[in-house]
Amino acid sequence: MSDTSTQSTEWPLWEVFYQPSDGKPFEHAGSVHAPDSEMALQNARDTYARRNEGIAIWVVPSDQITASSPEDRGPFFDPANDKAYRHPQFYTVPRAVKKRK
Amino acid sequence: MSTFDTIPQTKQEMLVEILLRLADDRLILGHRLSEWAGHGPELEEDLALANVALDMIGHASALYEYAARLENKPDEDHYAYFRDDIDFKNIALVELPKGDFAFTIAREFLFSSFSYFLYKELIETVEDEQFNGMLQKHFKEIKYHLRHSREWVLRHGDGTEESNRRIQDAFDELWMYTGEMFEMDEMSRIAAQNNLYVDVSNWKQEWKELINSTLEEATLTVPDYNQYMFSGARHGRHTEHLGFLLAQMQFLRRSYPDAEWK
Repeated sequence: MSDTSTQSTEWPLWEVFYQPSDGKPFEHAGSVHAPDSEMALQNARDTYARRNEGIAIWVVPSDQITASSPEDRGPFFDPANDKAYRHPQFYTVPRAVKKRK
Repeated sequence: MSTFDTIPQTKQEMLVEILLRLADDRLILGHRLSEWAGHGPELEEDLALANVALDMIGHASALYEYAARLENKPDEDHYAYFRDDIDFKNIALVELPKGDFAFTIAREFLFSSFSYFLYKELIETVEDEQFNGMLQKHFKEIKYHLRHSREWVLRHGDGTEESNRRIQDAFDELWMYTGEMFEMDEMSRIAAQNNLYVDVSNWKQEWKELINSTLEEATLTVPDYNQYMFSGARHGRHTEHLGFLLAQMQFLRRSYPDAEWK
């Protein structure tokens, strides 16, 4: 299928990230279609931020995101599987800290 | 207070009248916008219009609720479902059929730019705490409606030949219904003297400047401010469109007064 058939009618896709509260990292919420960045922000607000989800939004053109491919799964993530010492699970968490959770 | 051309005597009657005028504008336009649900040009815009519709109906609901308490009516539904068109105090601009997307956007822009300046000044003026609190809360959403519609006016204007033509037609058609926003009838003047309303001519120039600069940026022609202006809807003399809207909106509640959400 040629590119032009989809480009002519569909707005470009944008990935939406929102920040749940001050100091928290942005989280991926989903995506929206929009003709430009301002409309993408507005659409993101109307689609993902109407129920107190966050305090800030990022929109990024989906085609600007470089993603790892399924074939990368082995080399990228397998090495982590047998290195349990990388996980901080060998410490006893003090009761005071547990309580504050 | 009911029907038209009666001047309220007490401050409370004035407050109810102002609450109903503001609420009726918002309920009727909210209903018109809700007609887009499932018919928006894009899924995202469908959601956006439904959100704006819900905001406006929410504003109306809060204003009605306060009026109902002042007038000892059972609830806000009394005003929405059990009045006839002659008792509705909304301006004609908001009751016109929904039109195409350009018409919808042009109307939202004209109405929310007016609301923006109106609420800004009302917040400075109104002494009634509860009323003022509502205005402040709703003002935030009005700012968003203005942003939403203004951005779309720009995109229609300098979009394609067709989008430019459609939004220009929309402004030309809507123009004669903008006069009612700035009417100061006897009721408005008395209410303004009592700090329950404001003299809208104070900021009409500012409103015009926002309209002019936006339309110019959108490469559109600003229609003539001195052309014939429709008048009388605030006093019950509506266009024929309101009756049909109410028939649809009120039917269920009137036919099944005890119906409940289950």
